[in-house]
Amino acid sequence: MDDERNMTNEKSIIKTRNLNLFYENFHALIDITMEIPEQNITAIIGPSGCGKSTLLRVFNRMNDVIEGVRMEGEVDIDGQNILDPAVDMVALRKKVGMVFQRPNPFPLSIFDNITFGLEIHRLTQKKNFEVIVEHFLEQVLLWDDLKDKLHKSALSLSLEQQQRLCIARALTLNPEIILMDEPCSALDPIATMRIEELMQELKKEYSIVIVTHNMQQAARASDYTGYLYLGRLIEFGVTSQIFTAPREKLTENYISGRFG
Amino acid sequence: MNAKIQEKIASRILFFCTVMVVLPVVMILAIILYKGIGAISWEFLFSMPRNGMSAGGILPAILGTLYLVAGAVLFALPLGVLTAIYLVEYSRDNFLSRLIKLAIVNLAGVPSVVYGLFGLGIFVTFFQFGASILAGSLTLGIMILPVIITASREALESVPQSFRVVSLSLGASKWQTIRHSVLPHALPGILTGAILGIGRAAGETAPILFTVAAFYLPKLPTSVFDQTMALPYHLYVISTQVPGIAENVRYGTALVLVFLVLMLNLFAIIVRSRFRKRKKW
Repeated sequence: MDDERNMTNEKSIIKTRNLNLFYENFHALIDITMEIPEQNITAIIGPSGCGKSTLLRVFNRMNDVIEGVRMEGEVDIDGQNILDPAVDMVALRKKVGMVFQRPNPFPLSIFDNITFGLEIHRLTQKKNFEVIVEHFLEQVLLWDDLKDKLHKSALSLSLEQQQRLCIARALTLNPEIILMDEPCSALDPIATMRIEELMQELKKEYSIVIVTHNMQQAARASDYTGYLYLGRLIEFGVTSQIFTAPREKLTENYISGRFG
Repeated sequence: MNAKIQEKIASRILFFCTVMVVLPVVMILAIILYKGIGAISWEFLFSMPRNGMSAGGILPAILGTLYLVAGAVLFALPLGVLTAIYLVEYSRDNFLSRLIKLAIVNLAGVPSVVYGLFGLGIFVTFFQFGASILAGSLTLGIMILPVIITASREALESVPQSFRVVSLSLGASKWQTIRHSVLPHALPGILTGAILGIGRAAGETAPILFTVAAFYLPKLPTSVFDQTMALPYHLYVISTQVPGIAENVRYGTALVLVFLVLMLNLFAIIVRSRFRKRKKW
C-alpha cells in the first residue's frame, strides 16, 4: 500500500513509521505508517482483534505492562521517538492521557480522583486543589452537578459521570493528546451523545485519538479515520471520505457492514 | 426415592453437619467460661504467681504472650507484606517465583514443633540469643510468615488490575502505583492476615517451648534477652506438670488465653468491615 495516501495536510502530533508490534510470536501490528493530526479527533476503527487498542496503547506505551511485547519502527511525538528505551515514561504519560473502556475511577472521593495525578507528580500545592478541581470539573461539565458532593465516593456516580470524571482526571496532567479506548461502550446512547459533544469541546485544546467499535460514532464524531484490519492500516483519511468514498475494497466491505 | 424426599434428606444432613461443627465451639467456650470465670479477679490478672503457681496471678504469662506476639508481628508483618508485594507486583511467572510460592505454601504446612526446634537451633544456639523473648518472637514470626504472606498476596491480587493500569497511565511509577493505588485497597485483607497470624502466635505452645518459655518465673522481663512465661505454655505446665493446681485456675488461664485470641479476631473483623464500608468497587 502506498504510504503517501495515509498522510494529511494538517500539522501532525503523532507520526508512526513502519511500526511493528509483536506479542511473543504474534505479529499484532504490521508496518503501520500514519500521521495523526493535531487538535482533531482521529478515530481508529476495525473489527475486534484487529489491533486498534494495541495501536492506541503504543502511543502511551501502556503495552509495556504486558509481558512479551516487542516493538519495532518509530513513533514520533513532538519530535521524540517514544519507542526509544531511554524515553521518560512519566513525561510521556503526562503528555499522553488515556480514557478507558470502562469508567474506572478509583474508589476514592470525587475530589481525590481529580487530584490523584497532581499529588503523584506534586504538580501544585494542596491549597490550589480546590480551584483546580473546580476548573477541570467545569471542563467536563460536571461542576454544577457535583459541586456539593465532592467528597462522596466517585463510585456513587452514574457511569456517564464516572467517565467524565475519568476524562477530567486525565486532563489534570495537562496532556497534549488524549487517547480514548472505546470510551462510550459502557454507556447508553444519550450518554454517548453527550460524551461525543464533550469531545468536540476538548478538541479545541487537545488532540484526541479514539478507538471505537461503533462505526456510526466514528462517522459522527471524528475528523479523521483510520481503518485497521488484521494488524494493518488499510486506509487513513478524512472521515467523510472514508465513509462515503473509501479507496480500498476492504474498507468499503467493513463500513458497508459486510463483515465486522 | 423421588427428588422431593432426596431434597429433604440432603438438606437435613447438611444442616446436621453444620450444627455438628458449631457444637464443639460452643461447648468449649461454655465449659471454659463456666469453670474458669470463678478464677478471674483483679489479682489473677494483675499479680505474680505465688506458692508454685497454685495461688496469685498470671500477669507474667499474659505480658509474656503480649510481648512475644508484638515481637513476632514486628518482624513478620513488614517482611511478609514486602514479600507479598514482590511476588504479586514485581516477580514474573518463572521457575524461581513458582519455587518461592511453593516454599511458602510448604512453610505453612510445617508442624509448629518443628519451628520450635528450628528456633532452638538457629536463634537460641547459633545466634546465641539464648532462650529469650527475641528468639521466641523470631520463631513465632517465622511461623506466621506464611499466613501473612498468603493473606497479603490474596489481598493484593484482589485489587482490580484497572487501578494499576489507570495509575500507570497517569504517569505514576510502579512503586507509586503500588503505594497509592494498590496498597490502600489491599490494607483490610493484609490486616486480616496479620491479625489471624497474631491469633495463631498467641496460642501456640511448641514454638516457644524451647526458645523462650519459662516454667515458673515470677518476675517481669526487662529486656528482649530475658526469658518469660507465656500463656499457652503456662496452661500446659499447670495442667500437666504441677500437681494440685485448682481447676478454676487452670480454666481461668485458658479463659484468658481464649478471650485474648477472640478479642484479636473480633478486632480483625471490625477493622475489615470498617475498611470495606469505606472502599468499595
